[in-house]
Amino acid sequence: MRAPSGALLALLAALLASALLGAPRAYAIAPTQMPTPQLEARYLALIQGFRCMQCQDESLADSPVDLAADMRRQIREMLLAGKTDEQIRDFMVSRYGYFILFKPPFVLKTAWLWLAPGVLLAIGVIGALTVIRKRAALAPTDPTDNDLTDA
Amino acid sequence: MSRLRFTIPIALFALLVVVLAIGIKESPDKDLIPSPLIGKPAPTFSLPSLTAPGQRVSSAQLRGHWYLFNVWGTWCVSCREEHSMLLRIHATGVIPLIGLDWKDERSDALSFLQAEGDPYQSIAVDRDGSEAIMWGVYGAPETFLVNPEGIVVYKYIGPITERAWQDQILPRLPLSETPAAAGSS
Repeated sequence: MRAPSGALLALLAALLASALLGAPRAYAIAPTQMPTPQLEARYLALIQGFRCMQCQDESLADSPVDLAADMRRQIREMLLAGKTDEQIRDFMVSRYGYFILFKPPFVLKTAWLWLAPGVLLAIGVIGALTVIRKRAALAPTDPTDNDLTDA
Repeated sequence: MSRLRFTIPIALFALLVVVLAIGIKESPDKDLIPSPLIGKPAPTFSLPSLTAPGQRVSSAQLRGHWYLFNVWGTWCVSCREEHSMLLRIHATGVIPLIGLDWKDERSDALSFLQAEGDPYQSIAVDRDGSEAIMWGVYGAPETFLVNPEGIVVYKYIGPITERAWQDQILPRLPLSETPAAAGSS
């Protein structure tokens, strides 16, 4: 009985180990092997900021498709070659357009996107103030207030 | 004041109509992302040739010529659909087709071309997909029209149709490239 249970224990341990160590490999992001934690952090931040062009509502970090893997590899290689985040973003934008960025930059083409909420808010505030002022101006002529205003 | 009471809601409604109309008009194009490469120099490349072992296909060789740069792969169903149109384009002799065999098995590509015909002047091999990224490719087939100065003039996404060839690609070529004059090159 002793030997089989030992083997069983070893098997369980192996299964547990493979579940713990092997499981992350099933995710879309392949193990990255970036040499330093700083590079790793920049890598992760970058791939979360790019859109997967094939499944457009996912980031490069989340997408399991081949193209996303190729693009992650491209980003990894550029990081290892000492490129800055800015250079990598420019590289991607010059090939895929601003569409690849999840956070669009503030440029002429996207200005309305950034400004519209503020403009709409301003319109709302001005509209509300106008109505409130008008009501306030009307108040003294309110028939129920006649006695007070006349006095 | 009472006039504003009517004009403001109508103006806001009109604005809403315009915004929604733009949304409806643009939404079918969500799959067709305009390439920022248009009007810019095509990526320079030098890649192994699929059909001529040991040789390379490079952008330098293509300088001075119009060409269609067609990204394809045997794994890509739409590329197989497109193939007969590519053969027709090849038959017109108007413009050379340069292929980029994207993430493909060499033997698959060769046997496909042997069976279906080879419309390409030369085919560059992009085994690991890094060249496709240079061109901003996100799905095959994609076809770039490149002029003699090496500038990307036009990009067509999806299988080229007869209509795309007639209406989009041919009109962008100079008159000297029309079928009558093409035999010389």
